[in-house]
Order: sequence, then structure tokens, then C-alpha cells
Amino acid sequence: MKKFMLDLIIKENVQLSNQYALLILTSSDKLPEMLPGQFAEVRVDGSSEVFLRRAISINYVDYSKNELWLLIQVVGEGTKRLAALKSAESVNLLLPLGNSFSIPSNKDSKVLLIGGGVGVAPLLFLGDFLKSKGIEVNFLLGARSKADLLQMSEFERFGTVYTTTEDGSHGEKGYVTQHSLLRESKFDHIYTCGPTPMMKAVAAYAHKTNTNCEVSLENTMACGFGVCLCCVTDTVDGHLCVCTEGPVFNITKLKWQI
Amino acid sequence: MANLKIKVGTLQLKNPVMTASGTFGYGTEYSDFMDISRIGGIVVKGTTLRDRQGNQYPRMAETPSGMLNAVGLQNKGMEYFINHIYPTVKNIDTNILVNLSGSTIEDYIEGAERLNELEKIPGIELNISCPNVKEGGMAFGTSCLSAAQVVKAVRRVYKNDIMVKLSPNVTDISEIALAVEAEGADSVSLINTLLGMAINSETRKPVLSTITGGLSGPAVKPIALRMVWQVAQAVKIPVVGMGGIMNATDAIEFILAGASAIQVGTANFIDPTVTIKVLDGINDYLERHKFSSVSDIIGAMEI
Ligand SMILES: Cc1cc2nc3c(=O)[nH]c(=O)nc-3n(C[C@H](O)[C@H](O)[C@H](O)COP(=O)(O)OP(=O)(O)OC[C@H]3O[C@@H](n4cnc5c(N)ncnc54)[C@H](O)[C@@H]3O)c2cc1C
Ligand SMILES: Cc1cc2nc3c(=O)[nH]c(=O)nc-3n(C[C@H](O)[C@H](O)[C@H](O)COP(=O)(O)O)c2cc1C
Ligand code: FES
Repeated sequence: MKKFMLDLIIKENVQLSNQYALLILTSSDKLPEMLPGQFAEVRVDGSSEVFLRRAISINYVDYSKNELWLLIQVVGEGTKRLAALKSAESVNLLLPLGNSFSIPSNKDSKVLLIGGGVGVAPLLFLGDFLKSKGIEVNFLLGARSKADLLQMSEFERFGTVYTTTEDGSHGEKGYVTQHSLLRESKFDHIYTCGPTPMMKAVAAYAHKTNTNCEVSLENTMACGFGVCLCCVTDTVDGHLCVCTEGPVFNITKLKWQI
Repeated sequence: MANLKIKVGTLQLKNPVMTASGTFGYGTEYSDFMDISRIGGIVVKGTTLRDRQGNQYPRMAETPSGMLNAVGLQNKGMEYFINHIYPTVKNIDTNILVNLSGSTIEDYIEGAERLNELEKIPGIELNISCPNVKEGGMAFGTSCLSAAQVVKAVRRVYKNDIMVKLSPNVTDISEIALAVEAEGADSVSLINTLLGMAINSETRKPVLSTITGGLSGPAVKPIALRMVWQVAQAVKIPVVGMGGIMNATDAIEFILAGASAIQVGTANFIDPTVTIKVLDGINDYLERHKFSSVSDIIGAMEI
């Protein structure tokens, strides 16, 4: 897919909490086509502390409104700056980058999308995409507590939503991999994005139950388009760049001890 | 339009803007963003005789105005380059140089011999300065004797242009430059990355898997500029300057310090079209200051 460097305009910055912001970006030109699982490298302006761009997943694209959504979790100076952008400000992005989740050809496939924390970001766009292909979507979203469950009403537009929280304030208490759904149902495909320990636990479940499983990795990156070779992960084919061969990998490709 | 053409060693560059090895892939990764044939020269990723997996992840740490990398020359080897990459890059209408690295003098010789076969590769950039591999690399570039030995050995077998890439991790970089000049280097390029490190205080662990790594970006620019100036004073062969160049002004400073051409590295990650901006900016500068040719400002710092 052709990559672009674009200056987009903030249409709206929705503060979801003091830690999360949803940036709704738009452009006077038509946004390029993007696929679920892909990401953007966002330039952070006006900070001497932040030198490199920041990798942010495509959360959602509304082609009819020409909107690109980015979900930002504030963890440091770069994400703090991004979460503080105001309407009408401009942001420079490289996109779309990376590969995408594979879409099952069989419409009757049972699919489960498991997200934790800000890792839910790419799953919204994936849910939309799967639904548009006529596939029934189930989401299993985990967070520390109810306040950390993001975009719930958006997820509900595209499928059935199951939740877990560590404090039991929403859905089942515990981690996503402890949810009763995983004991009671069998899925054909699992897609997951979130903290590495969570994804490893999901991968272990998928491995045990012989379920096809794709994970989306978040290795630190310098370029985001395959030239610096800083973002590699160890695979059965050797060191591969997460930014070009990923971020989505089938677990059979990774050398995870699961 | 000022005259941007410049000769560096035996290379004829259409302009003095080149890309630094390891920051520009094989060029084609940038073709979505710009017309890569406008660049004066592309130095491809460090290539070794046999394929290398490079170092373990994590390989990168962001630093104030720069970054540390510890890639460790990950590449698929010379054979792969010749069979799978060369057939594409040979069609790019600019100078394509191969950054050649090795662990032994024999590796360098064999690599250079293989590159002789490639008609559209006008020269090599001999990398004797990679700080991220245990064996070889920088080991050759940090003593006059071993630097001279590698250049001498490669000069004997390689028929095209040899640009020798120098390490800044030395006491006196001019001495090394003089040593490689004496053995027949056509030009020298500098600087490669400066050895540095980063620690995560929360986890009390090093950020990089290799503990130390190479620093690049604007953080190194003043050091790079000083070294380019010192080397340009010392040698007669052309000097190619790099280290933290982010825009045309930075590039012009290197040229004024004595560089005949420059390379843009880390800046490509932040703005993949930066080389074109540097190129156009150099032209604007020359017109604004009424110089007809870029060669008029090489080493033109007024003291
Ligand atoms: C493909 C990809 C998609 C991503 N999608 C999103 C997204 O949709 N929304 C979002 O908020 N974030 C996302 N991230 C993570 C985001 O890029 C980092 O959180 C961001 O770079 C941190 O920058 P900072 O300046 O705020 O923090 P820094 O000051 O750089 O770091 C703060 C802390 O976060 C840690 N950290 C930094 N980068 C990463 C990383 N890549 N992974 C894990 N820990 C890290 C650091 O070690 C440090 O402890 C994604 C990362 C990748 C690689
Ligand atoms: C990620 C990365 C990989 C690099 N790989 C190589 C390499 O393979 N061979 C080499 O000679 N220099 C390599 N370098 C060094 C650059 O070519 C350049 O000398 C250095 O980064 C300084 O320039 P800059 O500050 O403009 O980046 C690498 C630098 C970076 C940041
Ligand atoms: S981030 Fe540079 S190669 Fe992946």
C-alpha cells in the first residue's frame, strides 16, 4: 500500500479521562485507504524532549465523514503532547504503516477480538471491518477498572461485548483470559492487542485450544517504515521488523514460550 | 538555479546531498514519499559477506535530540544483495554506494571483489566504524595501523571508488584520516555514531540489549562538525560530512567546515522527505548569497 506523509487537522479532541484522549482527525483531501491493524507515525511538535515520531494504531476510519480516529494513552511526554492537541491544530502523520489483521474468508467463522488497555484501539476498526464482511464479531475487553474501559458504545455498534475488570467494577472480575466465555465457547480466530503479558496468556490459550491467533506487537520504533531495523522481533524466520512484517503476527511465527 | 554538481573522489554527484547508511534502507522504501533519483547519492544499509541477524531487541533508545541504536549490522549478506536487491537499485538514477563491513580483512576483500562485478555500483563506503558489533567494525577504525591495513587490502582488489567511513570514537580522527588517505582512499566520510548508553532507572536495567549503542541525531552535530573541520584541514582527498544534519542550514555548516558533500541520516526517520528539503535549501542559500556553485563554499568558513 502506498504510504503518505499528511498534515491532518484536529476536528475534535475527546478527553475520555485524564489518561486517555480520542483524537478525531480530518483533511480537506480524501483520506487514503487504511486497513485494520495498521498504524501511523505521528510527529510531536514543540517539545525538545521528544525527538522521534510516536507510533499510534488506526483506531477507526469513517470514510463517509473523512475522519481518522486515534486513541491516545498518556504514558510520557510524547503522548501527553498528543493528548493535549486542540481543535483546528494540525498534526503531521506517516500512514498507513505496517500489515493488517487477516480477514477470514468464511463468513460463518467465529471470531473473538481480545483487547487490554489502550490495546483495544485497533480492534474497533477491525470489528467494523469484520462486520462489514458479514462476520459476527465478539469483543472481550479487559481493563483495571470500569473507568479504563474505553469506547464501549462504539464497540457495541459492531458486535457483542464481554468485559473483565481487575477490581470487578464492570463485567467479570479478573483478567481477560479468566473470562467464562473462553471456557464455554470455541472460536475459529482470535485477534489480540494489549500488554505483552496479556497477549502471551491469550496466545497460550489459543495454542492449547488449537485456535488460529494473531497478535499485534508494540515494539519501540524509530522510523516505522522498515529502514532503521530497530523494531525487530524474533520469529521462526529470524529477526523481522514489527513495523513492516507486523505489527500483526500469527502466533505460530513468533518464538514465544507458551 | 546554482550549480550543485560536485565531484567526490571519482564519483560525479548531481548534488552534494547523500543519505547515510542504515537510515535509508535501499532507497526504494522512500519512493512513496519523494523522487529518490533527485538525491546526489544513496549509501545502502551496511552489508557483510554473510547474512547477519544483528543484535537482540531492544535496539533503540531515544535520547535528548537524538537516539542510540544497536542494530548490529543486520543484513541478508552479499549474495542476497547481488541477486535480490541490486537488480532493483541499479535502476535508480543516482549514485548507489554499498556500505561494506566485515569481521576480518579477508571478509572485506571478498566483499569488495564481489562488488567489482556490479556495473552500476560506482563505489563503496568502507565501514570501519560500526560500534555495535563485537568483532571487526569499529575495531578496524580505531587504530591507524588496522585502518590502513583494511584500506590497503581493499584498494588492491577494488577497482572503483573507495570512501572510507571514519569512527568518532578515537582520540585523533585526523590521524586515521591521514592513514587511510595514504593507502589510496578516494574520500573519507564522517562521522559514524558515537558510543553511548542509556539506563532505565525504574527497572535498573540497560535500555539496549547490548548495553552500549551508537548515538546519532542533532545531539552529535557540534562534535561531527568539529571533526569534519579537523579532517578537512588534514587531508587532500574530499571529505563527506554527516552527524545530526536536520536541515539545509546544518548541511551548509558542514560544507563551510570543509565537506564536499554531506549525508543525512537519522533525520530521514522524522521527515522522509528531508533530503529534498536540504537539497532545495542549499540551492536557495547559494542564490541568496550569490554563489554560482556549491563548490564555492566548500571550506569557506571565514576565520
Ligand atoms: C504499532 C504500535 C501501535 C501503537 N498504538 C498505540 C495507540 O493506539 N495508542 C497509544 O496510546 N499508544 C500506542 N502505542 C504505544 C505508543 O507508541 C507509546 O506509548 C509512545 O511512543 C510513548 O511515547 P511517550 O513519549 O508518551 O512516552 P516515552 O517517554 O517515550 O515512554 C514512557 C514510558 O512508556 C514506555 N514505552 C515507550 N514506547 C513504548 C512502546 N512502544 N510500547 C510499550 N512501552 C513503551 C517507555 O519505556 C517508558 O517507560 C503503539 C505502539 C506501536 C509500536
Ligand atoms: C539506525 C541506524 C543504523 C545505522 N547503520 C549504519 C550502517 O549500517 N553502516 C554505517 O556505516 N553507519 C550506520 N549508521 C550511522 C549513520 O550512517 C551515520 O553515520 C550516523 O547516524 C550519524 O549521522 P546522523 O546523525 O545524521 O544520523 C546507522 C545509524 C542509525 C541511526
Ligand atoms: S521502526 Fe524502523 S525498521 Fe521498524
